[in-house]
Amino acid sequence: MPNILVVEDSPTMRQLISFAMRRIEKAKVIEATDGVDALKKLSENQVDIILADINMPVMDGLKLVSLVRSNPSYKDIPVIIITTEGAEEDRKKAMAIGANAYLPKPIQTQELIRLVKKYLETN
Amino acid sequence: MKEKPILRKAEEFLQLFKKGEEFTKGLLQENERLRYRVAELEEALSQSENKTRLQHYEQHIKMLEEEIQSLKQRYRKVEEENRDFAKKYIEVEEENNNLANLYVASYQLHSTLDYEEVLRIVLEIIINLIGADRFAIMLIDEKSNDLTAVAAEGLDTGALPKIKIGEGIIGRVAKEGEGYFPDELVHTDNIDLQKPMVCIPLKIKEHVIGVIAIYSFLIQKKEFSNVDYELFNLLAGHAATAIFSSRLYTQSERKLSTIQGFLELLKDRK
Repeated sequence: MPNILVVEDSPTMRQLISFAMRRIEKAKVIEATDGVDALKKLSENQVDIILADINMPVMDGLKLVSLVRSNPSYKDIPVIIITTEGAEEDRKKAMAIGANAYLPKPIQTQELIRLVKKYLETN
Repeated sequence: MKEKPILRKAEEFLQLFKKGEEFTKGLLQENERLRYRVAELEEALSQSENKTRLQHYEQHIKMLEEEIQSLKQRYRKVEEENRDFAKKYIEVEEENNNLANLYVASYQLHSTLDYEEVLRIVLEIIINLIGADRFAIMLIDEKSNDLTAVAAEGLDTGALPKIKIGEGIIGRVAKEGEGYFPDELVHTDNIDLQKPMVCIPLKIKEHVIGVIAIYSFLIQKKEFSNVDYELFNLLAGHAATAIFSSRLYTQSERKLSTIQGFLELLKDRK
């Protein structure tokens, strides 16, 4: 049963992404509202993949990715960034920090589901 | 004299023997001829069987070829049906996702009666689900009857001009209640606050309470999809109702709090 951590400050996007993720067979969705909340949820749950926004209060998505990659317990968890920042340099920056994939908003949920399934299978 | 009959008899016997020899030779020749004939007939019969078998095989091949053709046709039909199913599956998936977007947007819009929160949710929907970059929510001021910005993204709310009903694109949308959409999505850094790229009326039935004016979209947004138009329609109705009811609720809450304050004051004086 894959555990998917959705880190998003916008309730609308959080609900939309969670809604899409629940369509993946047996998937359990864990929601977090920012980077700090995400680290708390990571310590409490066995997470298989992280979907994170960049622009969030308290701790943004990029900081979260760098902390995840520097922690031996979480470093292998795939991270997909979902953001309004669609410029190529933003994508490169996120990938350099350690994100596995970068999806600019507005997202196509089929594309997101396909990507999550791919990382869950390879992981 | 006695020798003569013996000789004659011997001669007769010899003749008889010769005849017998000839008869035997004839029989042997006939036997040989008949053997040859039998061999000929056997050969003919064998050839005849081969021909029949060949005809049978040819018929069988023809039947198999027809069957192959029929199977090929069925395969093509099934392939075509599969393509149709795959196409329909993609359409259903897309429809499903669009409905999810609309459900989430509608759910969020009606999840609170807090006016500021409703405005924040409308902004969120426009940014995250539609992909707008710079836009404003403008409501009709009941006193001045002008359109005034109450919330904005990527723009300073205070810097947005007040617009008279019927004036320019925004005023016309507010007056006529019909959305304004471009033929294609164009990205530009220079925006004119009087000329939005998209303008959606906020309507409760036929009564317009304001507009959403979108000036630019996120660079990754290349075109409008069907769900964008569905979301524009949803915002036109549901956002209007949510904004209107939350504003009324907030106002009534404020009035109630003021009245309660007066009552407390009166109680204290007594």
